[in-house]
Amino acid sequence: MAIEKFSTLTSTCIPLAIENVDTDQIIPARFLKATTKEGFGDNLFRDWRYDKQDQPKADFVLNDPTYSGQVLVGGKNFGSGSSREHAAWALAGYGIRVVVSSFFADIFKGNALNNGVLPVQVSDGFLSQLFAAIDTDAQTTVTVDLPAQSITLDATGASENFEINGYKKNCLANGYDDIDYLLSNKAQIEAWEKTSFY
Amino acid sequence: MGKTLFDKIWDAHAVTEMSDGPTQLYIDRQFAHEVTSPQAFNSLRERGLSVLHPEKTIATPDHNIPTWNQDMPITDPISKFQVETLTKNCEEFGITLYGLGNNKNGIVHVVGPENGYTLPGMTIVCGDSHTSTHGAFGTIAFGIGTSEVEMVLASQCILQPRPKRMLISIDGDLDRGVASKDIILYIISQLSTGGATGYFVEFAGTAITALSMEARMTLCNMSIEMGARGGLIAPDQTTFDYVEGREFAPKGADWDKALAYWKTLKTDDDAEFDKSHYFKASDIEPMITYGTNPGMGVGITGSIPTLDDIDPAGQASFKQSMQYMGFEPGDQLIGKKIDYVFIGSCTNGRIEDLRTFCDFIKGRKKADDVVAWIVPGSRKVEKQARDEGLIPILEEAGFVMRQPGCSACLAMNDDKVPAGKYSVSTSNRNFEGRQGPGARTLLSSVLTAAAAAVTGVVTDPRTMLQD
Repeated sequence: MAIEKFSTLTSTCIPLAIENVDTDQIIPARFLKATTKEGFGDNLFRDWRYDKQDQPKADFVLNDPTYSGQVLVGGKNFGSGSSREHAAWALAGYGIRVVVSSFFADIFKGNALNNGVLPVQVSDGFLSQLFAAIDTDAQTTVTVDLPAQSITLDATGASENFEINGYKKNCLANGYDDIDYLLSNKAQIEAWEKTSFY
Repeated sequence: MGKTLFDKIWDAHAVTEMSDGPTQLYIDRQFAHEVTSPQAFNSLRERGLSVLHPEKTIATPDHNIPTWNQDMPITDPISKFQVETLTKNCEEFGITLYGLGNNKNGIVHVVGPENGYTLPGMTIVCGDSHTSTHGAFGTIAFGIGTSEVEMVLASQCILQPRPKRMLISIDGDLDRGVASKDIILYIISQLSTGGATGYFVEFAGTAITALSMEARMTLCNMSIEMGARGGLIAPDQTTFDYVEGREFAPKGADWDKALAYWKTLKTDDDAEFDKSHYFKASDIEPMITYGTNPGMGVGITGSIPTLDDIDPAGQASFKQSMQYMGFEPGDQLIGKKIDYVFIGSCTNGRIEDLRTFCDFIKGRKKADDVVAWIVPGSRKVEKQARDEGLIPILEEAGFVMRQPGCSACLAMNDDKVPAGKYSVSTSNRNFEGRQGPGARTLLSSVLTAAAAAVTGVVTDPRTMLQD
């Protein structure tokens, strides 16, 4: 199942300056009853986004027409908690291609990459700059360049490099997923199994 | 240089390694449930793939099932369809399923160990972050996403970046009334909810080796709550005694061979960790959380931090958390009125937990205005509780035991704490809305929850222990 390719992206940002955003907030458990991957974007950040009467909460950033874009900028330790890949499906379904934070939870990072959503980890200082720039001008854009592994605040030219392993970078650039790779290693799997204790 | 236990198991399961990429890790055992597997099976079908080793995956519905009237059809049609989809997928792909009502049904992380599916030295995955539970047996066990569930079904392998290694050592004796749940809540409060992200943790020290297997499972279960990829404990005689005789554990000559191997599973004396933390058991008191992540916990006699204690970048989150919980910075926890008590989950839904609860409430009464859900972790736990005579003790004190499942831990079923209500819960997460939209969760040990169930307020259980 090919994932959507990623090369470079220039976009305005959606700021969410909250730390420790857990996957229960990204997509609450009661929406995990579906058996397909579609439709989760509608419930992205459901309980921060809508009140008990299902009316949009005006003070939540996704309901603020000032902000839009394919880049979500989140506080430190983004994506902690539950392993639910539904969180990545919800972000992708909403149209997010990049999440920027100064720290990501491991499982979320893997799930995002497996769905063509690029986690970009920056320094605390760069993250603060980014929040400040968006606060000053909601139309400010960033450019995320996967081949160069860089993120640039276009207005000032401030830029930082981010890490991604060569394998995952290649997958994202070409739209490959891990199953393609694993199935190509069938001989090694069979050889390993001959040595297996279990 | 010697190797850590983690390195020994990891290296023994590395099928291929990439110079600038993840390890292809062989997986000995996969557990599956109804919520994170359907899209994986769909994708297999779309690709025309089969399951490479159906016998290595065990499935049981747990997240999205009622804990009442399990012999009746599930009333929520969407939940019913999801549970039926698991049944259909297991039939089609030849996977063993312990369905609703089966005497081996229950929470995956309770079912695996109690039936001998979880064995030392294994690599174990499940589409559930609390797969770290199985690390209690000296395994590399971790939660995965649905794409990875599919990878394991198709190839019995997964691609994983190699985590760094962390040692957490706790020496000394625990005070009376302090449990392994308090140890892990204490550690998370010290390291924070992201403090072990990127690491695989080994728990060691005399306070750890003194723990029972069930207490070790409680501890390893919450490794993920400090961000760790997983947490493990070297297997020892306590482990071997627990595993021996379980239905799917090795028998006879196979047992002897396995035991000889398992005894080699420990960190070498000269092995090095990337990071080490040392704690004293005597510093730990019963813990309770006050906020909206498991790192926001204090000793029960303590108070909530003030804004001055919080790093400036975290103050917005802290304020949001206080507002959600209806607490003021600096508040004392003891004496806070509570509305619900939840005993259960993969963290604290085992027989020792029910015994601890019953010992405490015996001869006492549930507070009238407290709603309590006592939910066993599996059908086997439920049966054992009956066989041991725990039901009359519960009933005498005004409690009812429900049927097994994940229940109010994540409130996918009807076991939801209403908005604004406070629940002292033995589960693992106090995130906003975790136990129902607007629900306010205080995480604790079974003993602390039992004390709250009796008094109706947050109570130090040590003040109520009898000699």
